[in-house]
Amino acid sequence: MRYLPHSEADRQAMLAAIGVGSIDDLFADIPSDLRVHGLDLPRAAGEISVERTLGRLSAENIAASSVPFFVGAGAYKHHVPATVDHLIQRSEFLTSYTPYQPEITQGTLQYLFEFQTQVAHLTGMEVANASMYDGSTATVEAVLMAHRITKRSKAVLSGGLHPQYRAVVESLSPMAGDTVDALPADPTGTEDILASIDADTSCVVVQSPSVYGHLIDLAPIAAKAHEVGALLIAVFTEVVSLGLVEPPGAQGADIVVGEGQSIGNALSFGGPYVGLFATRLKYVRQMPGRLCGETVDAEGRRGFVLTLSTREQHIRRDKATSNICTNSGLCALAFTIHMTLLGEKGLARLARINHANAVKLAESLSALPGLTLLNDSFFNEFTIRLPGDAADIVEKLVAKGVLAGVPVSRLEPGKSELADLLIVASTEVNTDEDRAAFVAALSEVLA
Amino acid sequence: MSMNAKGRPTVAATAATSAIPDTFTGNRALQIEEALLFEVGRHDVTGVDLDEPADFAPRLGKLARKQPIDLPGLSEPETMRHYVRLSQKNYAIDSGLYPLGSCTMKHNPRLNEKVARLPGIGDVHPLQPLSTVKGAVELMAELGRWLIEMTGMKAVALSPKAGAHGELCGMMAIKAAIAAKGETRNIVLVPESAHGTNPATAALIGFKVVTVPARPDGTVAPEAVKALLSPDVAAIMLTNPNTCGLFERDVVEIAAAIHAAGAYFYCDGANFNAIVGKAKVGELGVDAMHINLHKTFSTPHGGGGPGAGPVVLSERLAAFAPLPFVRVEADGPVLVESEEALLPGETPFGRMTAFHGQMGMFVRALSYMLSHGSDGLQQASEDAVLNANYVRAGLRDLMSQPSGDRTCMHEVLFDDTFLEGTGVTTLDFAKAMIDEGYHPMTMYFPLVVHGAMLIEPTESESKASLDLFIATLRDLVMKAKAGDLERFQQAPRFAPRRRLDETRAARAPKLKWEKPEPWVEAAAAE
Repeated sequence: MRYLPHSEADRQAMLAAIGVGSIDDLFADIPSDLRVHGLDLPRAAGEISVERTLGRLSAENIAASSVPFFVGAGAYKHHVPATVDHLIQRSEFLTSYTPYQPEITQGTLQYLFEFQTQVAHLTGMEVANASMYDGSTATVEAVLMAHRITKRSKAVLSGGLHPQYRAVVESLSPMAGDTVDALPADPTGTEDILASIDADTSCVVVQSPSVYGHLIDLAPIAAKAHEVGALLIAVFTEVVSLGLVEPPGAQGADIVVGEGQSIGNALSFGGPYVGLFATRLKYVRQMPGRLCGETVDAEGRRGFVLTLSTREQHIRRDKATSNICTNSGLCALAFTIHMTLLGEKGLARLARINHANAVKLAESLSALPGLTLLNDSFFNEFTIRLPGDAADIVEKLVAKGVLAGVPVSRLEPGKSELADLLIVASTEVNTDEDRAAFVAALSEVLA
Repeated sequence: MSMNAKGRPTVAATAATSAIPDTFTGNRALQIEEALLFEVGRHDVTGVDLDEPADFAPRLGKLARKQPIDLPGLSEPETMRHYVRLSQKNYAIDSGLYPLGSCTMKHNPRLNEKVARLPGIGDVHPLQPLSTVKGAVELMAELGRWLIEMTGMKAVALSPKAGAHGELCGMMAIKAAIAAKGETRNIVLVPESAHGTNPATAALIGFKVVTVPARPDGTVAPEAVKALLSPDVAAIMLTNPNTCGLFERDVVEIAAAIHAAGAYFYCDGANFNAIVGKAKVGELGVDAMHINLHKTFSTPHGGGGPGAGPVVLSERLAAFAPLPFVRVEADGPVLVESEEALLPGETPFGRMTAFHGQMGMFVRALSYMLSHGSDGLQQASEDAVLNANYVRAGLRDLMSQPSGDRTCMHEVLFDDTFLEGTGVTTLDFAKAMIDEGYHPMTMYFPLVVHGAMLIEPTESESKASLDLFIATLRDLVMKAKAGDLERFQQAPRFAPRRRLDETRAARAPKLKWEKPEPWVEAAAAE
């Protein structure tokens, strides 16, 4: 086996040095009747064979880059510069562990410090952590954090929150002692969430742009939440929007969580992604996850360490703010490298391109007979009402070589009033030809 | 693994004097100092060429951004240099032995990186029509088949994002199963030697944690468990092999007692690497166990993540597996994403995450499994255990083991008794290892052992590599005993940084870059 260095002679010499006769002697603590002798699985395979097997599975899927592609709703097809994937594969980043020995992991620690700064600036918040698993798990962690801060247990979820994010909150929060008041799906972006906020509310969770693409004015929601002593948790799934849209921090959010996949990270069928988590400095000791901080070494030189770890499970055990340990370090690295390449200038331009592409597509689609655009405002994603079942139409468009978007029924099954809705995203990777192909194919399908 | 607790010094290291002369740049040849991005980047520089879009009518309503973001950029060559220099300040498994106990820092094959980037794997969206991702679903089913066969369990929940997330998934399944029986059990038993994530997970979902005392050798006695059992006990969370590197030899009796009391057995699978192909946890009576794909199956740790923590479930818990899951039907695997798609008897407790889990890790792990095969997986476990015992044999006369010299599994545990009277602490000893070119072992964990040093060499190390490691530690022990305090208390001297002041970092947290005040910048410019 190519990954195992020992020769048989090595193994025999080592057993002799240990003072046992056979390898079985080292497994003597496993009761002999429970010892396994062979698994019902294939035997070892060389690189050629493994690559062929996995290549065959890969070939059964349609890659986003190979077709006009408009699928979003929480994960987005963006271009990732070649530099990013090269750098994250450097051995010293890829094959290093959590930086528990700071003297020999300053590389990881410095990029985490830079990552935290970028995320804080993007969201308009005072402090960001070193990443969570993804946007959905960051959201439920924010709900639990709000419970700790307010000592209240009712979480109000907007109907514009991604339904799978909602499901994550609805699964964990009640087991942690919360009640969840989830508003009905809000495809038109017109819900009245203020009416649901009261003196029992620990937090209001609002996604902007919403899963249906609407930009939500967070300021009045923050004002109402603060009036009754609740927190506003702002969620985003498209971080590129922050290049063009007013950040949640400037609109009064207390905790900002989101998905960072769009910057630096591949679609990868849903993971690994990178959860972003930011808040006000006054809440930092209630934050989940790792934090990197600046300090000095014994010679007075600047250096970085993991800090405030008395919040964390390895110190506090059952009193910790979260059970999280491993996070998304390498995805955070991809994010921070891509963001460094973009800079303010590049991110703003990338955001403008995304917005312009989505506006062009929305205009073309809504000109088709029988189609209605549900959005007044949006960034790079919007919802249209089709004259028929959206999932059926999407399937027919697959046959025409276009991946058109996410039928709302995929996220909200069993709700017939939502069955004709389609969430459509357009990013910088879409060309005029892509959009023309989409519009033409949809016209044919609807004809 | 974690560090802190018993025997760990809490004061900063004494001020050090450097024997190395200063350079103008502060650089030391290949060790090049790198400023922060925010100090070298500019707001009008970008390393990505994008064309400005033609004029269009924005649809942002009144929510267009009003203030600049404050995000400096770098050109592509500057970016390359910034991160290459940062990378050179990191230790990595590719550059040397990384014996962090309970972390399983083994070789990361590059074939796995290659297949993760295949267009039909890396470039597919989780919400594409299912008709366009049949290969992805088949891959998940195949990974599940391997995990189930290796563990002898009934079902697997693939979606948890890391080990602790898998623990949460398993414990949520247990909570749901208890609720389904109309019971209200609120106690979870956790041994003293457990990872911090175990009590943190149980407490997160409202369980009361009760500590199970350990035997002197760190294992759990059935009597100790039985003494704590009651109708209020929901589960035990046991790591096997445990964090002292020992197989819980009475695990079957403990499982039987737990089940007889109507409770469930959660197994922390962090140390699964020791027993793949040697024992099936399903046959030990386990009801749920997470598997860290980033440990046992070698997906890269990446500086702290991402991981993946699939959970295998027993017959008693299989029905509660969260959405989404893969159901294997006669004409192929089906991804079940919603309650509308459930069959009778499928009662998921909910959802752990958006989408379907860490596909990028699934494919790497499956590539690792296919490469090893059933024979290679068993050989890897045997070599991992062989290597740990070889290190034990090489050091047992000089270093102290908390429960005497006995066969260990894939990691060997020492305490700091051998350093008594030398003035050298476990921390000092670890930092001296850095100067010798090694990443230290896990320190001060498990908490039940004073000044613990937990060494997990993994199967990736050759005999020659272990011989040098053993010789190095022997030399350090002799130097400690000979009173060469300076070597330890001043260590590390050759790393990119000397010891860092963690107290200062925590007392006045500086968690992001702040622009210096103008007078500070002016003074620096003079």
